Amino acid sequence: MSLPETLASGIRHAVASHGGPRGAILEALRLVQHAEGWVSDGRLAEIAALLGMTTAEVDNIASFYSHIFRRPVGRQLVMLCDGASCYLNGADAVRDAVMARLGIGFGEITPDGETTLLNVCCVGACNAAPAAIVGRDRRLVGPLTAADIGTLFADAR
Amino acid sequence: MNAVPLTGRARPDRRPHSLAEWQALGGYAASTAALAMRPGEIIDMVAAGGLNGRGGAGFPAAQKWRFMPGPGASPGDGPSYLIVNGDEMEPGAFKDRLFLETLPHLVVEGAIIAAHAMHITQAIVLVRDAYRQGIAAMECAIAEAGAAGLLDTLGMRVHASAGRYIVGEETALIEALEGKRAVPRKRPPFPAQSGLWGRPTTVNNVETIANLPGIVAHGSDWFRGLSRTAEGGTKLFGVSGRVHRPQLIEAPMGTTARELIGRCGGVTGNGVLRAFQPGGGASGFLGPEHLDLPLDFAHVAAAGSMFGTGTLIVLDETACPIGVVARHLRFYARESCGWCTPCREGLPWAARILDALEAGTARASDIDVLRTTAAEAAPRGRSFCDLMGGAMQPLASALARFGDLFDDHLAHGCTIGVRH
Repeated sequence: MSLPETLASGIRHAVASHGGPRGAILEALRLVQHAEGWVSDGRLAEIAALLGMTTAEVDNIASFYSHIFRRPVGRQLVMLCDGASCYLNGADAVRDAVMARLGIGFGEITPDGETTLLNVCCVGACNAAPAAIVGRDRRLVGPLTAADIGTLFADAR
Repeated sequence: MNAVPLTGRARPDRRPHSLAEWQALGGYAASTAALAMRPGEIIDMVAAGGLNGRGGAGFPAAQKWRFMPGPGASPGDGPSYLIVNGDEMEPGAFKDRLFLETLPHLVVEGAIIAAHAMHITQAIVLVRDAYRQGIAAMECAIAEAGAAGLLDTLGMRVHASAGRYIVGEETALIEALEGKRAVPRKRPPFPAQSGLWGRPTTVNNVETIANLPGIVAHGSDWFRGLSRTAEGGTKLFGVSGRVHRPQLIEAPMGTTARELIGRCGGVTGNGVLRAFQPGGGASGFLGPEHLDLPLDFAHVAAAGSMFGTGTLIVLDETACPIGVVARHLRFYARESCGWCTPCREGLPWAARILDALEAGTARASDIDVLRTTAAEAAPRGRSFCDLMGGAMQPLASALARFGDLFDDHLAHGCTIGVRH
Protein backbone atom coordinates (compact mmCIF):
# COMPACT_ATOMS: atom_id res chain seq x y z
CA MET A 1 0.00 0.00 0.00
CA SER A 2 1.45 3.34 -0.93
CA LEU A 3 1.79 6.16 1.56
CA PRO A 4 -1.70 7.41 2.55
CA GLU A 5 -2.40 10.96 1.45
CA THR A 6 -2.89 12.13 5.04
CA LEU A 7 0.69 11.11 5.84
CA ALA A 8 2.07 12.55 2.62
CA SER A 9 0.39 15.88 3.26
CA GLY A 10 1.63 15.81 6.86
CA ILE A 11 5.17 15.33 5.61
CA ARG A 12 4.80 18.15 3.06
CA HIS A 13 3.55 20.36 5.87
CA ALA A 14 6.62 19.41 7.97
CA VAL A 15 8.90 20.39 5.09
CA ALA A 16 7.31 23.84 5.14
CA SER A 17 7.47 24.24 8.93
CA HIS A 18 10.82 22.57 9.68
CA GLY A 19 13.10 24.56 7.40
CA GLY A 20 13.05 22.32 4.33
CA PRO A 21 13.28 18.61 3.50
CA ARG A 22 16.35 17.89 5.60
CA GLY A 23 14.96 19.53 8.72
CA ALA A 24 11.76 17.54 8.23
CA ILE A 25 13.31 14.05 8.11
CA LEU A 26 12.75 13.22 11.75
CA GLU A 27 9.24 14.63 11.76
CA ALA A 28 8.39 12.59 8.65
CA LEU A 29 9.67 9.43 10.35
CA ARG A 30 7.70 10.28 13.49
CA LEU A 31 4.49 10.80 11.54
CA VAL A 32 4.77 7.46 9.77
CA GLN A 33 5.70 5.66 12.97
CA HIS A 34 2.84 7.21 14.90
CA ALA A 35 0.40 5.98 12.29
CA GLU A 36 1.88 2.54 11.72
CA GLY A 37 3.92 1.70 14.81
CA TRP A 38 7.23 1.46 12.98
CA VAL A 39 9.00 2.54 9.78
CA SER A 40 9.29 -0.22 7.18
CA ASP A 41 11.80 -0.31 4.33
CA GLY A 42 8.99 0.52 1.94
CA ARG A 43 7.88 3.55 3.92
CA LEU A 44 11.49 4.68 4.28
CA ALA A 45 11.82 4.72 0.49
CA GLU A 46 8.54 6.62 0.14
CA ILE A 47 9.62 9.22 2.69
CA ALA A 48 12.95 9.60 0.89
CA ALA A 49 11.20 10.07 -2.46
CA LEU A 50 8.87 12.66 -1.00
CA LEU A 51 11.80 14.58 0.53
CA GLY A 52 13.96 14.27 -2.58
CA MET A 53 16.65 12.28 -0.81
CA THR A 54 18.12 8.83 -1.06
CA THR A 55 16.89 6.05 1.21
CA ALA A 56 20.41 5.83 2.62
CA GLU A 57 20.26 9.47 3.72
CA VAL A 58 16.96 8.93 5.49
CA ASP A 59 17.99 5.61 7.04
CA ASN A 60 21.17 7.26 8.30
CA ILE A 61 18.92 9.42 10.48
CA ALA A 62 16.33 6.75 11.27
CA SER A 63 18.99 4.36 12.53
CA PHE A 64 20.61 6.95 14.81
CA TYR A 65 17.54 7.99 16.78
CA SER A 66 16.63 5.27 19.24
CA HIS A 67 12.90 5.99 19.26
CA ILE A 68 12.49 5.53 15.53
CA PHE A 69 11.71 1.84 15.11
CA ARG A 70 12.98 0.10 12.00
CA ARG A 71 11.54 -3.24 13.03
CA PRO A 72 7.91 -4.06 13.75
CA VAL A 73 6.86 -3.46 17.34
CA GLY A 74 4.02 -5.18 19.11
CA ARG A 75 0.59 -3.68 19.64
CA GLN A 76 1.71 -3.30 23.25
CA LEU A 77 4.86 -1.25 23.76
CA VAL A 78 6.51 -1.29 27.19
CA MET A 79 9.50 0.94 27.80
CA LEU A 80 11.14 0.45 31.20
CA CYS A 81 13.33 3.19 32.64
CA ASP A 82 16.79 1.91 33.53
CA GLY A 83 18.00 5.06 35.28
CA ALA A 84 19.64 5.17 38.70
CA SER A 85 16.67 6.54 40.63
CA CYS A 86 14.52 3.69 39.36
CA TYR A 87 17.29 1.21 40.25
CA LEU A 88 17.37 2.59 43.79
CA ASN A 89 13.66 1.88 44.11
CA GLY A 90 13.62 -1.67 42.84
CA ALA A 91 13.62 -1.39 39.04
CA ASP A 92 15.75 -4.53 38.65
CA ALA A 93 13.04 -6.63 40.32
CA VAL A 94 10.36 -5.02 38.14
CA ARG A 95 12.46 -5.74 35.05
CA ASP A 96 12.93 -9.37 36.06
CA ALA A 97 9.20 -9.79 36.69
CA VAL A 98 8.30 -8.24 33.33
CA MET A 99 10.82 -10.39 31.48
CA ALA A 100 9.59 -13.51 33.25
CA ARG A 101 5.99 -12.72 32.37
CA LEU A 102 6.73 -11.97 28.72
CA GLY A 103 9.53 -14.48 28.23
CA ILE A 104 11.63 -11.94 26.32
CA GLY A 105 14.47 -9.53 26.98
CA PHE A 106 15.01 -5.88 26.11
CA GLY A 107 14.79 -5.09 22.41
CA GLU A 108 12.64 -8.14 21.76
CA ILE A 109 9.09 -8.84 20.72
CA THR A 110 6.97 -11.71 22.03
CA PRO A 111 6.65 -14.65 19.62
CA ASP A 112 2.97 -13.79 19.04
CA GLY A 113 4.01 -10.30 17.94
CA GLU A 114 1.86 -8.76 20.65
CA THR A 115 4.33 -7.01 22.96
CA THR A 116 7.65 -5.21 22.54
CA LEU A 117 9.90 -4.59 25.55
CA LEU A 118 12.53 -1.84 25.55
CA ASN A 119 14.79 -0.22 28.10
CA VAL A 120 14.94 3.56 27.85
CA CYS A 121 16.79 6.55 29.24
CA CYS A 122 15.65 8.09 32.47
CA VAL A 123 12.03 8.96 31.60
CA GLY A 124 12.01 12.08 33.74
CA ALA A 125 9.69 10.67 36.37
CA CYS A 126 12.10 9.98 39.23
CA ASN A 127 9.36 11.01 41.65
CA ALA A 128 7.41 7.95 40.45
CA ALA A 129 10.30 5.47 40.34
CA PRO A 130 10.44 2.75 39.20
CA ALA A 131 8.72 4.20 36.16
CA ALA A 132 7.90 3.17 32.61
CA ILE A 133 6.28 4.66 29.56
CA VAL A 134 3.82 2.55 27.65
CA GLY A 135 1.86 2.53 24.44
CA ARG A 136 1.63 4.63 21.36
CA ASP A 137 1.09 7.80 23.40
CA ARG A 138 3.97 7.09 25.78
CA ARG A 139 1.77 7.13 28.85
CA LEU A 140 3.70 7.35 32.12
CA VAL A 141 3.26 4.55 34.68
CA GLY A 142 4.79 4.37 38.16
CA PRO A 143 5.78 3.70 40.82
CA LEU A 144 5.80 0.05 39.79
CA THR A 145 6.34 -2.95 42.01
CA ALA A 146 7.48 -6.40 40.96
CA ALA A 147 4.37 -7.85 42.60
CA ASP A 148 2.01 -5.70 40.55
CA ILE A 149 3.16 -5.22 37.00
CA GLY A 150 -0.40 -5.52 35.69
CA THR A 151 -0.74 -1.73 35.46
CA LEU A 152 2.01 -1.85 32.91
CA PHE A 153 -0.03 -3.92 30.50
CA ALA A 154 -3.46 -2.53 31.23
CA ASP A 155 -2.99 0.40 28.90
CA ALA A 156 0.11 -0.35 26.86
CA ARG A 157 -1.55 0.01 23.46
CA MET B 1 6.15 38.36 47.33
CA ASN B 2 5.66 34.82 46.11
CA ALA B 3 8.42 32.54 47.44
CA VAL B 4 7.95 30.14 44.54
CA PRO B 5 7.73 32.50 41.56
CA LEU B 6 8.59 29.83 39.01
CA THR B 7 6.02 27.21 39.92
CA GLY B 8 3.61 29.08 42.21
CA ARG B 9 1.06 29.51 39.44
CA ALA B 10 1.02 25.82 38.48
CA ARG B 11 -2.41 24.24 38.88
CA PRO B 12 -2.57 21.55 41.58
CA ASP B 13 -3.86 19.06 38.99
CA ARG B 14 -0.92 19.95 36.74
CA ARG B 15 -3.20 20.71 33.80
CA PRO B 16 -1.71 23.50 31.68
CA HIS B 17 -3.47 26.88 31.75
CA SER B 18 -5.45 28.18 28.83
CA LEU B 19 -4.27 31.54 27.54
CA ALA B 20 -7.16 33.31 29.31
CA GLU B 21 -6.35 31.56 32.60
CA TRP B 22 -2.69 32.46 32.26
CA GLN B 23 -3.44 36.09 31.47
CA ALA B 24 -5.79 36.26 34.45
CA LEU B 25 -2.79 35.30 36.57
CA GLY B 26 -0.77 38.16 35.11
CA GLY B 27 0.68 36.11 32.26
CA TYR B 28 2.25 37.92 29.29
CA ALA B 29 2.44 41.22 31.21
CA ALA B 30 6.20 40.74 31.50
CA SER B 31 6.73 39.89 27.83
CA THR B 32 4.60 42.89 26.80
CA ALA B 33 6.69 45.10 29.06
CA ALA B 34 9.88 43.58 27.68
CA LEU B 35 8.92 44.35 24.09
CA ALA B 36 8.74 48.04 25.07
CA MET B 37 12.28 47.90 26.48
CA ARG B 38 15.57 48.19 24.62
CA PRO B 39 17.14 44.73 24.12
CA GLY B 40 20.31 45.81 25.91
CA GLU B 41 18.27 46.85 28.94
CA ILE B 42 16.88 43.33 29.27
CA ILE B 43 20.33 41.77 29.03
CA ASP B 44 21.63 44.17 31.70
CA MET B 45 18.70 43.25 33.91
CA VAL B 46 19.35 39.52 33.54
CA ALA B 47 23.07 40.09 34.19
CA ALA B 48 22.35 42.12 37.32
CA GLY B 49 19.94 39.44 38.49
CA GLY B 50 22.73 36.87 38.36
CA LEU B 51 20.82 34.24 36.38
CA ASN B 52 23.00 31.23 35.63
CA GLY B 53 21.87 28.78 32.95
CA ARG B 54 19.86 25.94 34.43
CA GLY B 55 20.74 23.23 31.90
CA GLY B 56 23.74 21.96 33.83
CA ALA B 57 26.79 24.07 33.09
CA GLY B 58 25.60 27.13 35.00
CA PHE B 59 27.03 29.60 32.52
CA PRO B 60 25.75 33.16 33.14
CA ALA B 61 22.75 33.60 30.83
CA ALA B 62 23.39 37.25 30.01
CA GLN B 63 27.00 36.55 29.10
CA LYS B 64 25.90 33.84 26.70
CA TRP B 65 23.38 36.22 25.15
CA ARG B 66 26.08 38.88 24.65
CA PHE B 67 27.94 36.53 22.30
CA MET B 68 25.09 37.03 19.82
CA PRO B 69 25.81 39.54 17.06
CA GLY B 70 23.64 42.65 16.89
CA PRO B 71 21.19 43.22 14.03
CA GLY B 72 23.00 43.32 10.70
CA ALA B 73 26.33 42.39 12.31
CA SER B 74 26.27 38.78 11.08
CA PRO B 75 27.28 38.20 7.45
CA GLY B 76 24.71 36.69 5.09
CA ASP B 77 20.95 36.56 5.22
CA GLY B 78 18.50 34.75 7.41
CA PRO B 79 17.19 34.91 10.93
CA SER B 80 18.90 34.33 14.24
CA TYR B 81 17.51 31.47 16.31
CA LEU B 82 16.57 30.83 19.92
CA ILE B 83 16.38 27.16 20.81
CA VAL B 84 14.67 26.23 24.04
CA ASN B 85 16.21 22.97 25.15
CA GLY B 86 13.62 20.57 26.56
CA ASP B 87 15.54 17.37 25.84
CA GLU B 88 15.63 16.44 29.51
CA MET B 89 17.21 12.98 29.82
CA GLU B 90 19.89 13.29 32.49
CA PRO B 91 19.49 10.41 34.96
CA GLY B 92 17.70 11.81 37.99
CA ALA B 93 16.41 14.95 36.25
CA PHE B 94 12.65 15.51 36.03
CA LYS B 95 12.28 19.28 36.38
CA ASP B 96 11.81 20.55 32.82
CA ARG B 97 8.86 18.20 32.43
CA LEU B 98 6.88 20.40 34.83
CA PHE B 99 7.44 23.59 32.84
CA LEU B 100 6.63 21.94 29.51
CA GLU B 101 3.53 20.09 30.67
CA THR B 102 2.10 22.42 33.27
CA LEU B 103 3.46 25.92 32.60
CA PRO B 104 3.82 26.09 28.80
CA HIS B 105 2.72 29.73 28.62
CA LEU B 106 5.53 30.65 31.05
CA VAL B 107 7.98 29.11 28.57
CA VAL B 108 6.43 30.96 25.62
CA GLU B 109 6.53 34.21 27.57
CA GLY B 110 10.16 33.68 28.53
CA ALA B 111 11.06 32.89 24.94
CA ILE B 112 9.49 36.15 23.75
CA ILE B 113 11.66 38.03 26.26
CA ALA B 114 14.88 36.19 25.38
CA ALA B 115 14.26 36.58 21.66
CA HIS B 116 13.67 40.32 21.98
CA ALA B 117 16.85 40.72 24.04
CA MET B 118 18.89 39.07 21.27
CA HIS B 119 17.07 40.47 18.18
CA ILE B 120 15.90 36.95 17.39
CA THR B 121 12.86 36.32 15.18
CA GLN B 122 12.67 32.51 15.22
CA ALA B 123 12.33 30.23 18.25
CA ILE B 124 12.20 26.44 18.42
CA VAL B 125 11.29 24.45 21.51
CA LEU B 126 12.90 21.02 21.27
CA VAL B 127 11.15 18.44 23.45
CA ARG B 128 12.11 14.80 23.95
CA ASP B 129 9.86 12.17 22.46
CA ALA B 130 8.83 10.69 25.81
CA TYR B 131 7.26 14.00 26.93
CA ARG B 132 4.21 13.69 24.69
CA GLN B 133 2.07 15.75 27.07
CA GLY B 134 4.76 18.42 27.09
CA ILE B 135 4.88 18.47 23.30
CA ALA B 136 1.10 18.83 23.10
CA ALA B 137 0.93 21.50 25.81
CA MET B 138 3.69 23.57 24.21
CA GLU B 139 2.07 23.31 20.76
CA CYS B 140 -1.26 24.39 22.20
CA ALA B 141 0.24 27.34 24.11
CA ILE B 142 2.15 28.53 21.04
CA ALA B 143 -1.00 28.30 18.91
CA GLU B 144 -3.06 30.20 21.48
CA ALA B 145 -0.41 32.91 21.91
CA GLY B 146 -0.04 33.23 18.16
CA ALA B 147 -3.79 33.57 17.59
CA ALA B 148 -3.92 36.29 20.23
CA GLY B 149 -1.21 38.30 18.46
CA LEU B 150 1.36 37.72 21.23
CA LEU B 151 3.84 36.16 18.80
CA ASP B 152 3.74 38.85 16.12
CA THR B 153 7.46 39.50 16.63
CA LEU B 154 8.53 35.88 16.91
CA GLY B 155 7.97 32.75 14.85
CA MET B 156 7.80 29.85 17.26
CA ARG B 157 7.30 26.10 16.95
CA VAL B 158 7.91 22.81 18.71
CA HIS B 159 10.38 20.24 17.40
CA ALA B 160 9.63 16.78 18.74
CA SER B 161 12.80 14.72 19.10
CA ALA B 162 13.10 10.94 18.90
CA GLY B 163 15.42 9.65 21.59
CA ARG B 164 19.21 9.84 22.21
CA TYR B 165 20.52 11.68 25.28
CA ILE B 166 23.24 13.42 23.27
CA VAL B 167 20.59 15.56 21.52
CA GLY B 168 20.56 17.66 24.69
CA GLU B 169 24.14 18.83 24.02
CA GLU B 170 23.66 22.18 22.36
CA THR B 171 25.64 21.63 19.18
CA ALA B 172 24.35 18.07 18.78
CA LEU B 173 20.88 19.54 19.18
CA ILE B 174 21.56 21.93 16.30
CA GLU B 175 22.69 19.00 14.15
CA ALA B 176 19.46 17.18 15.07
CA LEU B 177 17.36 20.17 14.01
CA GLU B 178 19.20 20.19 10.69
CA GLY B 179 18.11 16.60 10.11
CA LYS B 180 21.47 15.02 10.84
CA ARG B 181 22.78 12.49 13.32
CA ALA B 182 23.17 14.27 16.65
CA VAL B 183 26.96 14.42 16.77
CA PRO B 184 28.36 17.40 18.69
CA ARG B 185 30.19 20.01 16.66
CA LYS B 186 33.73 21.15 17.20
CA ARG B 187 33.96 24.61 18.70
CA PRO B 188 34.76 27.27 17.62
CA PRO B 189 32.71 28.43 15.87
CA PHE B 190 30.27 28.72 18.72
CA PRO B 191 26.53 28.64 18.04
CA ALA B 192 26.30 32.41 18.52
CA GLN B 193 28.56 32.79 15.49
CA SER B 194 27.34 29.85 13.42
CA GLY B 195 24.49 27.76 14.76
CA LEU B 196 21.31 26.43 13.20
CA TRP B 197 21.58 26.56 9.39
CA GLY B 198 24.77 28.56 9.89
CA ARG B 199 22.92 31.40 11.59
CA PRO B 200 23.56 32.97 15.01
CA THR B 201 21.88 30.75 17.57
CA THR B 202 21.43 30.65 21.32
CA VAL B 203 20.38 27.48 23.11
CA ASN B 204 18.84 27.96 26.56
CA ASN B 205 17.42 25.39 28.94
CA VAL B 206 13.66 25.44 29.59
CA GLU B 207 14.11 26.46 33.23
CA THR B 208 16.48 29.30 32.28
CA ILE B 209 13.78 30.65 29.95
CA ALA B 210 11.09 30.19 32.61
CA ASN B 211 12.98 32.54 34.94
CA LEU B 212 12.84 35.51 32.56
CA PRO B 213 9.26 36.75 33.05
CA GLY B 214 9.88 37.09 36.78
CA ILE B 215 13.09 39.04 36.29
CA VAL B 216 11.43 41.47 33.87
CA ALA B 217 8.32 41.83 36.02
CA HIS B 218 9.99 42.34 39.38
CA GLY B 219 13.55 43.44 38.61
CA SER B 220 17.03 42.15 39.18
CA ASP B 221 17.21 43.11 42.86
CA TRP B 222 14.12 41.04 43.54
CA PHE B 223 15.62 38.13 41.62
CA ARG B 224 18.88 38.32 43.57
CA GLY B 225 16.88 38.56 46.78
CA LEU B 226 15.23 35.21 46.07
CA SER B 227 18.59 33.49 46.48
CA ARG B 228 20.66 32.82 49.58
CA THR B 229 23.90 33.06 47.62
CA ALA B 230 25.51 35.19 44.92
CA GLU B 231 23.67 33.22 42.23
CA GLY B 232 20.25 34.72 41.61
CA GLY B 233 16.81 33.21 41.80
CA THR B 234 15.06 30.15 43.01
CA LYS B 235 15.81 26.70 41.65
CA LEU B 236 13.47 23.89 40.80
CA PHE B 237 15.29 21.15 42.68
CA GLY B 238 14.43 17.51 42.28
CA VAL B 239 15.03 14.88 44.93
CA SER B 240 14.80 11.18 44.17
CA GLY B 241 16.31 7.83 45.03
CA ARG B 242 16.18 6.77 48.67
CA VAL B 243 13.80 9.35 50.12
CA HIS B 244 10.26 8.86 51.41
CA ARG B 245 8.54 11.34 49.10
CA PRO B 246 10.64 11.98 46.00
CA GLN B 247 9.52 15.26 44.46
CA LEU B 248 10.26 18.58 42.83
CA ILE B 249 10.87 21.47 45.22
CA GLU B 250 11.24 25.10 44.22
CA ALA B 251 13.54 26.69 46.77
CA PRO B 252 16.12 29.48 46.93
CA MET B 253 19.48 28.91 45.26
CA GLY B 254 21.74 27.89 48.13
CA THR B 255 19.17 25.66 49.84
CA THR B 256 20.91 22.72 51.50
CA ALA B 257 20.52 19.00 50.88
CA ARG B 258 19.52 18.61 54.52
CA GLU B 259 16.51 20.87 53.99
CA LEU B 260 15.55 19.31 50.66
CA ILE B 261 15.82 15.73 51.92
CA GLY B 262 13.93 16.76 55.06
CA ARG B 263 11.07 18.09 52.94
CA CYS B 264 10.97 14.68 51.24
CA GLY B 265 10.33 12.98 54.56
CA GLY B 266 13.94 11.95 55.06
CA VAL B 267 16.05 9.05 53.90
CA THR B 268 14.53 5.59 53.38
CA GLY B 269 16.29 2.25 53.74
CA ASN B 270 18.07 2.25 57.08
CA GLY B 271 17.48 5.99 57.36
CA VAL B 272 21.17 6.90 57.30
CA LEU B 273 22.50 8.91 54.39
CA ARG B 274 25.49 7.34 52.65
CA ALA B 275 25.90 9.80 49.78
CA PHE B 276 24.07 11.93 47.25
CA GLN B 277 24.67 13.19 43.76
CA PRO B 278 23.75 16.88 43.76
CA GLY B 279 23.19 17.41 40.06
CA GLY B 280 22.02 14.30 38.26
CA GLY B 281 23.94 11.32 36.90
CA ALA B 282 27.03 13.18 35.75
CA SER B 283 27.79 14.79 39.11
CA GLY B 284 30.25 13.41 41.64
CA PHE B 285 29.06 11.94 44.94
CA LEU B 286 28.92 14.13 48.01
CA GLY B 287 28.60 12.75 51.53
CA PRO B 288 26.87 13.42 54.86
CA GLU B 289 29.50 16.09 55.54
CA HIS B 290 27.97 18.11 52.69
CA LEU B 291 24.41 18.13 54.02
CA ASP B 292 24.72 21.78 55.00
CA LEU B 293 26.50 22.91 51.85
CA PRO B 294 24.57 25.68 50.10
CA LEU B 295 23.58 24.13 46.80
CA ASP B 296 24.47 26.39 43.90
CA PHE B 297 26.96 26.14 41.04
CA ALA B 298 29.90 27.75 42.86
CA HIS B 299 29.52 26.02 46.21
CA VAL B 300 29.02 22.55 44.76
CA ALA B 301 31.98 23.03 42.39
CA ALA B 302 34.15 24.11 45.32
CA ALA B 303 33.11 20.92 47.13
CA GLY B 304 34.44 18.91 44.16
CA SER B 305 31.19 18.03 42.43
CA MET B 306 28.79 19.70 39.99
CA PHE B 307 25.44 21.38 40.62
CA GLY B 308 24.31 20.34 37.14
CA THR B 309 20.55 20.12 36.88
CA GLY B 310 20.06 20.54 40.64
CA THR B 311 18.37 17.18 40.84
CA LEU B 312 19.59 15.10 43.77
CA ILE B 313 19.95 11.32 43.73
CA VAL B 314 20.00 10.11 47.32
CA LEU B 315 21.56 6.89 48.65
CA ASP B 316 21.16 5.52 52.13
CA GLU B 317 23.64 3.06 53.66
CA THR B 318 21.77 0.06 52.29
CA ALA B 319 21.99 1.34 48.70
CA CYS B 320 25.00 0.40 46.62
CA PRO B 321 26.86 3.32 45.04
CA ILE B 322 28.70 0.93 42.73
CA GLY B 323 25.34 -0.28 41.45
CA VAL B 324 24.38 3.33 40.80
CA VAL B 325 27.64 4.03 38.95
CA ALA B 326 27.18 0.83 36.97
CA ARG B 327 23.77 2.01 35.74
CA HIS B 328 25.09 5.47 34.98
CA LEU B 329 27.97 4.08 32.92
CA ARG B 330 25.74 1.69 31.04
CA PHE B 331 23.55 4.68 30.25
CA TYR B 332 26.37 6.96 29.09
CA ALA B 333 27.99 4.14 27.11
CA ARG B 334 24.73 3.47 25.31
CA GLU B 335 24.01 7.14 24.71
CA SER B 336 27.45 8.07 23.37
CA CYS B 337 27.02 9.24 19.79
CA GLY B 338 30.13 7.21 18.92
CA TRP B 339 32.06 9.97 17.21
CA CYS B 340 35.07 10.26 19.56
CA THR B 341 37.05 7.06 20.05
CA PRO B 342 37.78 7.32 23.80
CA CYS B 343 34.08 7.81 24.54
CA ARG B 344 32.83 5.18 22.09
CA GLU B 345 35.32 2.54 23.25
CA GLY B 346 36.14 3.61 26.80
CA LEU B 347 32.67 3.95 28.26
CA PRO B 348 31.49 0.44 27.32
CA TRP B 349 34.75 -0.96 28.70
CA ALA B 350 34.27 0.79 32.03
CA ALA B 351 30.59 -0.25 32.07
CA ARG B 352 31.55 -3.90 31.54
CA ILE B 353 33.99 -3.76 34.44
CA LEU B 354 31.31 -2.35 36.72
CA ASP B 355 28.93 -5.11 35.65
CA ALA B 356 31.67 -7.63 36.45
CA LEU B 357 32.17 -6.03 39.87
CA GLU B 358 28.46 -6.43 40.59
CA ALA B 359 28.56 -10.04 39.46
CA GLY B 360 31.72 -10.78 41.46
CA THR B 361 33.77 -11.70 38.40
CA ALA B 362 36.07 -8.66 38.27
CA ARG B 363 39.83 -8.87 38.80
CA ALA B 364 41.96 -6.59 40.97
CA SER B 365 43.63 -5.12 37.88
CA ASP B 366 40.18 -3.97 36.68
CA ILE B 367 40.15 -1.37 39.46
CA ASP B 368 43.38 0.05 38.04
CA VAL B 369 41.73 0.25 34.63
CA LEU B 370 38.83 2.16 36.16
CA ARG B 371 41.17 4.55 37.96
CA THR B 372 43.18 5.17 34.78
CA THR B 373 40.02 5.66 32.75
CA ALA B 374 38.58 8.10 35.28
CA ALA B 375 41.81 10.10 35.33
CA GLU B 376 42.36 10.16 31.56
CA ALA B 377 38.81 10.64 30.36
CA ALA B 378 37.64 13.27 32.82
CA PRO B 379 39.47 16.43 31.63
CA ARG B 380 37.80 18.62 29.04
CA GLY B 381 39.21 18.47 25.54
CA ARG B 382 39.63 14.70 25.30
CA SER B 383 36.48 14.54 23.17
CA PHE B 384 34.18 16.95 21.32
CA CYS B 385 31.66 17.27 24.14
CA ASP B 386 31.29 16.70 27.87
CA LEU B 387 29.44 13.37 27.81
CA MET B 388 32.52 11.28 28.54
CA GLY B 389 33.94 13.71 31.09
CA GLY B 390 30.58 13.87 32.83
CA ALA B 391 30.31 10.09 32.96
CA MET B 392 33.65 9.98 34.77
CA GLN B 393 32.46 12.17 37.66
CA PRO B 394 30.36 9.58 39.50
CA LEU B 395 33.00 6.92 38.76
CA ALA B 396 35.97 8.96 39.99
CA SER B 397 34.18 10.14 43.10
CA ALA B 398 32.98 6.61 43.90
CA LEU B 399 36.52 5.26 43.55
CA ALA B 400 37.81 7.97 45.89
CA ARG B 401 34.97 7.71 48.40
CA PHE B 402 34.02 4.03 48.45
CA GLY B 403 37.35 2.22 47.92
CA ASP B 404 36.49 -0.39 50.55
CA LEU B 405 33.25 -1.19 48.75
CA PHE B 406 35.13 -1.78 45.51
CA ASP B 407 37.41 -4.20 47.38
CA ASP B 408 34.38 -5.93 48.83
CA HIS B 409 32.83 -6.26 45.35
CA LEU B 410 36.07 -7.77 44.04
CA ALA B 411 35.86 -10.46 46.65
CA HIS B 412 32.13 -11.16 46.78
CA GLY B 413 30.27 -9.24 44.06
CA CYS B 414 27.48 -6.97 45.21
CA THR B 415 26.09 -8.07 48.55
CA ILE B 416 24.24 -4.81 49.14
CA GLY B 417 21.93 -4.85 46.13
CA VAL B 418 19.01 -2.51 46.44
CA ARG B 419 17.68 -3.74 49.77
CA HIS B 420 15.29 -1.37 51.48
